[in-house]
Amino acid sequence: MLTKRIIPCLDIKDGKVVKGVNFVGLKDVGDPIELAKKYDVQCADEVVFLDITASYEDRGIMKDIIERGASELTIPLAVGGGIRTLDDFRMILASGADKVSVNSAAIVNPQLIKEAADEFGVQCVVIAIDAKKREDQSGWDVYVKGGRENTGLDLIEWVKKCESLGAGEVLLTSMDADGTKAGYDIEMLNAVCKAVDIPVIASGGCGSIQDIIDVFEKTNVDAALVASLFHFNEATVEDVRNECKKHGINVRRTR
Amino acid sequence: MIVIIDYNVGNLKSVVGAFKRIGLEAVVSRDEKVIKEAKGIVLPGVGTFPTAMKNLEKYHLVDILTERKEAGIPILGICLGMQILFEKGYEVKETKGLGFIPGSVRYMDIDEKIPHMGWNQLHITNHQPILKYVHENDDAYFVHSYMAHCKDENLVAYTDYGTTKVTALVQNKNVIGCQFHPEKSGMVGHKILLAFKEMVEC
Repeated sequence: MLTKRIIPCLDIKDGKVVKGVNFVGLKDVGDPIELAKKYDVQCADEVVFLDITASYEDRGIMKDIIERGASELTIPLAVGGGIRTLDDFRMILASGADKVSVNSAAIVNPQLIKEAADEFGVQCVVIAIDAKKREDQSGWDVYVKGGRENTGLDLIEWVKKCESLGAGEVLLTSMDADGTKAGYDIEMLNAVCKAVDIPVIASGGCGSIQDIIDVFEKTNVDAALVASLFHFNEATVEDVRNECKKHGINVRRTR
Repeated sequence: MIVIIDYNVGNLKSVVGAFKRIGLEAVVSRDEKVIKEAKGIVLPGVGTFPTAMKNLEKYHLVDILTERKEAGIPILGICLGMQILFEKGYEVKETKGLGFIPGSVRYMDIDEKIPHMGWNQLHITNHQPILKYVHENDDAYFVHSYMAHCKDENLVAYTDYGTTKVTALVQNKNVIGCQFHPEKSGMVGHKILLAFKEMVEC
């Protein structure tokens, strides 16, 4: 039986992990590989590197990090941030990443999803979506530019379109839940899981192990993205797995 | 020394890294001389069945691989590299494979999310040396939309996806194929590669 995945997400800027990381017991402070390897040893199911600078000059640094990650990690690696073109996909995959996550560029040019899926396979095309509930509560709108710009796209319509164009997975961040540490956005995740048949990764709002248990028990998501809970050493991946097992949630057993 | 066949089907960094971790010298090459000297052959691969076969033909690798297979050299196919070990594939169009293992590769037309992506448990049907360090129910990382259909005698391990038994590991004499990615399967994958290393070195 396919297990539920626990995926630590590392925000990377200028080659260093940023945004609330408490580097206890790491030799090389801020090194994404060092931190990713720690999560690998703890049995994370995948790791995500999110390039939050994503400027042209930083591409070389990121390429180097992906190459090191690919050769040193024993689990899959997904990379996102600033993906614009098919060439960006090519560079990231050639550097050794298993999946590429694309956000705004897919909204500007939805055909990019199809082109990438045709050329590299659906399994490596992850569509990242930031969404927020409409004021009239009628559904959710898709946002870009770190949540500053409302595209006017309806979340459910957009996610269905992404699936039909060949997206292999959806990384769904609830802007309402993100940063609250009050739990994942169960309602939004359920709506998306009902709408599509591709795997869904829940993101935004995780503040405790119980939040991860909840999202797996109350929705049909395939994976939970976790950042600060792990980065601040409030819990290890192992702690989450053990708690999941106690609740009868099927997670990876062995290293 | 083993050779990881370079035929333009996805990046090879993780595969190279995995062999480095187990201390087995691995060269990435499509050079006939290198392949002939290698004590083991790894056939990686991400992409589609027809493209993989087309590239093997383009680089004149089919004959040398067949010759090495006949010579008894251990061959390990990973993911798409496992699928093309079979006689036929039906991805995009019907395509002839290497035919090192009897069987065919077809779309997983099942009532589950496709691709089959993530960690799933290995159920061992045939205790071969390649799984000597692996236990029943150990998890491995899968990502694929097509699956192999083979004879029971070639099946070494399967995994359950919904109600479907998905072919996970196959073997025909010195030819082994993993549908999952040992290089991405943590310690379980590490142990499988260690067993392959022992086959190569014995």
